[in-house]
Amino acid sequence: MDELLKSVFADRDVRYIPAVRENAALGIASGACLAGERSAIFIQNSGLGNIINALTSFNLLYKIPVLMFITWRGYRGKDAPEHRIMGKKTPAMLRLLNIPAVILSREYEKDILRAVGTMERKSIPVAVIIKDGLIK
Amino acid sequence: MNRKEAIGTALKSLDEEDIALFTTGMISREAFNIADRKANFYMLGSMGLVSSVGLGIALNTTKRVVVFDGDGSILMDMGTMALTACLRPVNLIHIVFDNESYQSTGGQPSAAAYTDLSEVSRASGYRFTHKITGDGVGENEMKRIFEKTGPVFVLFKVDKESNGHIGRVTLEPKHLKERIRKAICRG
Repeated sequence: MDELLKSVFADRDVRYIPAVRENAALGIASGACLAGERSAIFIQNSGLGNIINALTSFNLLYKIPVLMFITWRGYRGKDAPEHRIMGKKTPAMLRLLNIPAVILSREYEKDILRAVGTMERKSIPVAVIIKDGLIK
Repeated sequence: MNRKEAIGTALKSLDEEDIALFTTGMISREAFNIADRKANFYMLGSMGLVSSVGLGIALNTTKRVVVFDGDGSILMDMGTMALTACLRPVNLIHIVFDNESYQSTGGQPSAAAYTDLSEVSRASGYRFTHKITGDGVGENEMKRIFEKTGPVFVLFKVDKESNGHIGRVTLEPKHLKERIRKAICRG
């Protein structure tokens, strides 16, 4: 993730905002979208738990698209104990909310373009899930 | 000052082009019923989120963005005040109507009785902070405050009493989104 972030923020057309929590990140990204910009947030799956209400009562309700890069802590149980439950439940939680999710493969550029396509077609948030060690 | 009067004064002080956002619950309902306008956006849910959405808009437009927030709502996401100060949007006015209670859910007391939110905004680093108590403020003074370089924070101490029944926002979410997009991108 840190490598991905470095390359994203090296782009002069991208503005980085040090959001204080996931709610703020989603809210600011959504505001940017209302002002005609494309936006993305970068969070851990633990933070997905923090934004369920904003997703259901704001982004899904008003149909405000935001690309959500989510790192998959606790994937296959191999992580610190606090990530075990969310690690197991992350894809199911997104499915339950009907939020489309793409799990990044080695061909991640193609995957991200697919996620952006879905997001623009449906005008709702789309998750891009990143497993540890994928991007070097 | 009662909340309806306070919201009414702030609404009257807006220029036609100003983008105004309202937190969920009574503040949205009050504004919708006093003076709905095309550049108004009501948060139907997501209490606490309006300050972040307003910040995201303000950073991406040259228009003035006025956020109508409540004490309960800003207390939920007080970290956004630090972020607002840090990003310094010159066109952002953040008004908090503070009745020290959660009136939309029956008037339970909030923590704002013990915390002066205007002092929080000052300590966070907003460029201009103003606190309105007692009989309130006139339209001209309000307009002068709106002309300050942002981020501006205005704390309106308002009465706890409810104003009786206030109708819900009857506009569809999709319509609200489309009209605010148009209002932001117009001109």
